[in-house]
Amino acid sequence: MGIIDIKNLHKVYTDTKIPVKAVNGIDLSFQEGEFTAIVGPSGSGKTTFLNMVGGLDTPTEGEIIIDGTNISHLKSRQLIDYRLNHIGFVFQAYNLIPVLTAIENVAFIMQLQGKSKKVRNKRAKELLDAVGIGDKINNRPGDLSGGQQQRVSVARALASKPKFILADEPTANLDSKSTSDLLDMMLKMNKESKITFIFSTHDQRVMDKARRIITIDDGLVVKDEKVDK
Amino acid sequence: MIWSISWRNVWRNKIRSLAIILAVTIGLFGGIFSYAFMMGMSVQRTNAAIEYEISNIQIHNPKFLLNEEINFTINNPNKLIPIIEKTPGVKAVCSRIKCPGMASTAITGTGVVINGINPESEKQVSKLYTKLTSGKYFEKGDKIPVVIGHKLAKKLKAKVGSKIVVTVANTKGIITYGAYIVIGIYKTGNDSFDEVNIFVESEGFSKLISFDKNKTSEIAILLNNNDDTKKVADLLNIKLKNETTEKNITIETWEQIQPTLNAMTSMMDIMSYIFLIIILIALAFGIVNTMLMVVMERVRELGMLMAIGMNHKKVFSMIMLETIFLSIIGGIFGIVISIFIVNYFNVHGIDLAVVGEGFNSLGYSSIVYLQANNVFYIEAAILVVITAIISSIYPALKALKLNPAEAVREEA
Ligand SMILES: Nc1ncnc2c1ncn2[C@@H]1O[C@H](COP(=O)(O)OP(=O)(O)OP(=O)(O)O)[C@@H](O)[C@H]1O
Ligand SMILES: [Mg+2]
Repeated sequence: MGIIDIKNLHKVYTDTKIPVKAVNGIDLSFQEGEFTAIVGPSGSGKTTFLNMVGGLDTPTEGEIIIDGTNISHLKSRQLIDYRLNHIGFVFQAYNLIPVLTAIENVAFIMQLQGKSKKVRNKRAKELLDAVGIGDKINNRPGDLSGGQQQRVSVARALASKPKFILADEPTANLDSKSTSDLLDMMLKMNKESKITFIFSTHDQRVMDKARRIITIDDGLVVKDEKVDK
Repeated sequence: MIWSISWRNVWRNKIRSLAIILAVTIGLFGGIFSYAFMMGMSVQRTNAAIEYEISNIQIHNPKFLLNEEINFTINNPNKLIPIIEKTPGVKAVCSRIKCPGMASTAITGTGVVINGINPESEKQVSKLYTKLTSGKYFEKGDKIPVVIGHKLAKKLKAKVGSKIVVTVANTKGIITYGAYIVIGIYKTGNDSFDEVNIFVESEGFSKLISFDKNKTSEIAILLNNNDDTKKVADLLNIKLKNETTEKNITIETWEQIQPTLNAMTSMMDIMSYIFLIIILIALAFGIVNTMLMVVMERVRELGMLMAIGMNHKKVFSMIMLETIFLSIIGGIFGIVISIFIVNYFNVHGIDLAVVGEGFNSLGYSSIVYLQANNVFYIEAAILVVITAIISSIYPALKALKLNPAEAVREEA
């Protein structure tokens, strides 16, 4: 039993003219403390898979059990609460609230969780220090580079103390320097705080940092390899 | 933090927000201005009617009210008037001999109402003497003086100093003639009043028509405070009937004498609200449209917020608050601007000289002094905010319909 157990996962999009089978029966298990890359060609179903694991989308068939909770049957309102308290997200773009500063963005998610102002600000500051932009906490996203924005996103994802962090192509909009800096930072967090990271990527250099690489094609897992480092 | 996000979101697209704020400001101002204008007009009309024409309360023989005939009189005014004067709230009292007649010059003649007055007591009750456009009011030593309205003067082609012959049936029904010299011409702003009412001294006039000194046609009463009109009228009714033997009298307030005055005021009141509602409906469409644009523009951001765990209630409040902020800012501007402009024109008046003729013939002054009570300001402001809240419900619900998975997937 892992932190996430996925059984016979299927997703068919039916809102199109011809139904699209995006995920066709995935069985997987993730353990606590993993640093895993999901790779595969465009259209292979990576985003669809991650969205279901993150509770943003509901499976057509199959089950996702997170820490003993089957989230495949939760209602959309229940899922919102579940996501808030158990899952951290980093997206490719449009990640942050543009009108809030870095520290406010990080504190915001803790406010949604009902944490006190003192706790929020203290933890937000610590996390921003930890992701390496402690000197830019009062900048708004528009005044930060893409790499810095993704660092704030990681800090925000960590702030809610989730069971794991999902990141769909977090580096797709970044240059190679920022990409490798961000990955190093994530890896450091993973090592130091045992945070589980699951991210999708097209980028070979990102895959090279992962310690488990799951390859998906046509909605099926075609390769699942552990990399020893 | 939702409050501060909403507040900051207001300023993300400054031009669009300012456009909405301006729309609220102008809409509110338009509503308040038109209200203040109509209120000013009707309050002025009412005040003018009280000050120059009716006073607060009048007493007549009930038959006189049906037919303004010289023989339908009140008996013993000398006994009634002291009682009235002693009644609390009464400022001044005067009596008038009133009858229909004909005024003519060498050129033409026309029907008039002759008011036989005692200039001294008349001045205490009616401010008509302040409304002379040429000549002067009655003074001791004037010979056969008459004061006429500007409209009548024009009709008769009379000027100060002109001779006017008044033809009238005396108390015995015999036609008599009296010659008068115009000493003053007045203009109250109500042309229909100015056209028919002429004023002569009761002293000489009563002799001309053999009118009994112990009688009068009309007693006019001015009060200290118009709000007491009803109360004082009721009191007089009891007092005069208890303390005198005079049963043949009818006491009426200005509202009873000219019910149209109040009807016009209520109509203008209703019209102001209708106008305000029309403005608010237009505003609502503007707000719905703008907020839908806002939601469409922020699909990804809203999707992201729901993805990370912002629940429906909070997303909904965030959009609503943004609209409420917009409308409150516009509302404050609208109220402040309205207060300034209404107060300015409350003092200086808006001169409608160009169209004034038409207003005067309807009895309305051509200079309108704007007037609005605080209640209307508050009501208008509250209505604007309620409108904003109602019109942001649909856009906010639209935001909740977003599917976060789809929203974050949308391409840049
Ligand atoms: N909302 C949708 N409705 C219909 N089909 C969809 C929808 N979303 C995705 N698809 C289809 O599902 C399949 C899997 O898409 P998905 O986005 O999961 O792939 P991906 O591996 O993330 O691709 P990429 O690397 O380009 O991001 C594709 O064929 C895609 O066109
Ligand atoms: Mg994808």
